[in-house]
Amino acid sequence: MSQVTTQPSTTRIWEWLDAVPDPEIPVISLVDLGIIRDVAWEGGTLVVTVTPTYSGCPATSVIAMDIETALRDRGITDLRLKTQISPAWTTDWLTEKGRVKLEEYGIAPPQPAGGPEKCPRCGSKDVTRVSQFGSTPCKAHWRCQDCLEPFDYFKCI
Amino acid sequence: MAREDAFFQFLLRMGDNTLILGHRVSEWCGHAPVLEEDIALANTALDLIGQTQMWLGLAGEVQGMGKSADDIAFLRDAWDFRNVLLCEVPNGDFGRTLMRQFLFDAWHSIQLGRLMKSSDERVAAIAEKASKEVAYHLERSADTVVGLGDGTEESHRRMQEALDYLWPYVGEMFQSDEADAEMVKAGIAPDPASLREEYDALISRILGDATLTIPESRFAQKGGRTGAMHTEHLGHLLTQMQWLQRAYPGAKW
Repeated sequence: MSQVTTQPSTTRIWEWLDAVPDPEIPVISLVDLGIIRDVAWEGGTLVVTVTPTYSGCPATSVIAMDIETALRDRGITDLRLKTQISPAWTTDWLTEKGRVKLEEYGIAPPQPAGGPEKCPRCGSKDVTRVSQFGSTPCKAHWRCQDCLEPFDYFKCI
Repeated sequence: MAREDAFFQFLLRMGDNTLILGHRVSEWCGHAPVLEEDIALANTALDLIGQTQMWLGLAGEVQGMGKSADDIAFLRDAWDFRNVLLCEVPNGDFGRTLMRQFLFDAWHSIQLGRLMKSSDERVAAIAEKASKEVAYHLERSADTVVGLGDGTEESHRRMQEALDYLWPYVGEMFQSDEADAEMVKAGIAPDPASLREEYDALISRILGDATLTIPESRFAQKGGRTGAMHTEHLGHLLTQMQWLQRAYPGAKW
């Protein structure tokens, strides 16, 4: 652990948070997921505002712990996490970088049309829904009719 | 009735609906007819429990006695619960579970839509968050009700039986008392009765597509949202839901 003597800039802190993986989908960062809404210094206290994805998502408490751990490792000891539920989280807040990484990982990124654009494995557009829900609250279960592989689709909300 | 008391009652009604229905739906975990449905039911239950944390968390704040959402959920007895009876009736078969979900989701989505315009910004924020999840629940329960209602002879018969069984529990969602009147006056929540027209239009359309017949009777079983009288099923549900905190008071993960 390094001791911080001057306050790191918020730009720097955003970079640090962009290195913290989502606990359920570690290929994207918390910043990619769009749940970090604000980073600000209030005097000597760093305030990080976080918006939950789904109200019952079990990853929420792990995410709070991961943020704390990551920032403490960078020497920030005076830290407050603020939960903000409005405006409600939307998949529109996923970063472009995050969407690309999701697809490379095999999870089809959300589409306004309400279903995946194509199979994340073979690129076929002949896909069908298996279930409106999936392995985590944020995903649904789909299948490709060409390569026959099942895949996760990140629900658009 | 004092404004704060009425507000507390309103928040219990919202949070107890989602808590009790969430628990009921979670009873399917590991028992659903197919894996995909098992996952869907568990996810729906999870959303409802998550919403409960927000509603009962705010209830604790408004009550001002330092109680957390967990205290309120686990340390009250049946007569203090304010959920509508529809949420506590046993699951029955898969068809009845989905019919109950549909009848509740339809009300829930309309109610949350109105609450997004609440004069209390905390209520509006919770409603905004929950309404996105509930829109998704409604889409699924409506699709399933249509699929099974307009399905085989057997599935149609079971869905009609489910609707006939659950119908007397629908009316309670639209009944008003002095706590509701106080909420209307404060601009916090709509009059429950004012949701009925939109509700009837919505369910008539879906149940029509499902080739099911809505019973004519408007008789309503009531007593849940006022706490006057719950069904005998709620106590049994609580013995499971509250067991850990009752057997080991104050136990923490």
